[in-house]
Order: sequence, then structure tokens, then C-alpha cells
Amino acid sequence: MLKAEIISVAASGDIVAVRHAVRRQAVKINLSLVDQTKIVTAASELARNMLIYGGGGEVTLELLQDGVRHGLRVHFVDTGPGIPDIELALRDGFTTGKGMGLGLGGAKRLVNQFNIESAPGKGTRVTIVRWR
Amino acid sequence: MVTIQVDMHDQLASALQDDLTTKIAKFNAKGVLIDISSLDIVDSFIGRMLANTSAMARVLDAQTVVVGMQPAVAITLVELGLNLSGVHTALDVERGMEMLRRQIGIIDQDEDTGA
Repeated sequence: MLKAEIISVAASGDIVAVRHAVRRQAVKINLSLVDQTKIVTAASELARNMLIYGGGGEVTLELLQDGVRHGLRVHFVDTGPGIPDIELALRDGFTTGKGMGLGLGGAKRLVNQFNIESAPGKGTRVTIVRWR
Repeated sequence: MVTIQVDMHDQLASALQDDLTTKIAKFNAKGVLIDISSLDIVDSFIGRMLANTSAMARVLDAQTVVVGMQPAVAITLVELGLNLSGVHTALDVERGMEMLRRQIGIIDQDEDTGA
């Protein structure tokens, strides 16, 4: 496991920085163009969620190797209010904000592994992985 | 005709939407063509901006066509859950212009004399 990059997200311009960093690492492990696009899009949704609902936070990128397989793992960690009902938050069309309610559920569909930990007052931690 | 050439942050996307809507009214535009061939992702925010712009243009009596979406972007967009219903799309600028002409009902002078 190789810690590649840490980006702090505090403004909408930082979402663009996250997209570029994820693209850079996805290219590094030779993900196909479609898979690059999927993980960059998922990261964009999650970084925005983190900014809007979590008040900003930190994105960490890691390169993984499992035998001959390479992967890219991205963590999104905020110390915001947390999510009271994760199952509900993952449902398409559910939103407490002004978005379309596609962020969490949509991001989950775009990656190979998706993990979310959150509790009221404890912040939210989302981890995604895309394997080559 | 608008060509998006940079990776837009959210405020820039919102500003473009407002700007376009204002200009449609100001110039009494009948057709809007948005070229997104340089965009390597369309997430829910940019997708919503495209859908909103198209809806606002329609209310102002203008047609919108979004052209040049990359195949990887289209695949990702649908899996994300965005279907951009209500947004007209075409493969490239040429086809997009043709679509607009048809929708607005302008017949090309050349075509007219040729027929």
C-alpha cells in the first residue's frame, strides 16, 4: 500500500483538485478510460457531499497491489454532523440538500468496493476502491 | 454556441447557467448549442446544470442541444443514475446544428433552392 496523496477539501475549487488527483493516479495504474471516468466521477460526487454536508474534510489516495492486480483506493473523511440513516442516504433520489440525491448511491455503483461509516456527531468516512 | 473547455468548478457551472439564460433572453436566441466534447466527466452537478439550462431555455422559447459527449462519460452518467431526460443531444456540432435548424424550423437557403 502506497500513500500517494492527501488533499484537503474546503471550497468548490478543491473538488476539481480531487478529480485531477484521482485521474492522475488512475492513469498511473493503467485503468481503462471508462474505469478512470467512473472513479473520477464517484470521487467528484463524494468530495462534493463532504463539502456540502460535512463542512469539508480530507481526501486520501492510495495505490493498492494484490498479486498482479492494481487498484486505487480513495478515502473521504469529514468531521461534520454525520449521517443518521445511512441506508436512507444511499437511496437514489434521497437528499436533505439541494442536490439530486444521486451522490452516495450513484458513487457506489461506479466503483468495485464501497464502504461508509458514519454516526450522528461523529463525522463520515467513505472509502471507495476501483481495481484494474 | 457555447464550448466548455475547462474542468469547471461548481460556481463556474452555476455562473454559466445564469449567463446563458440571461443571454438567451437578451439576444432573443432561438437555439443554444452546448459543446461538451472537452469535458472528461459529467457528474450530477454538471448534469443538473445542463438539464436546468435546457429547461430555462425552453421556457424562454429557445431549443438546446448538448453535443460531443464522450462515450466513457455517457456510460458513467447512466450508471450514476442521470439520464438527462429532456435534454436533446447530438454526436457532434454539425449534427447538433442540423437538429436545431429542424427544431426551430429554419430551412437552409441551399436546401431550399436545391429541392
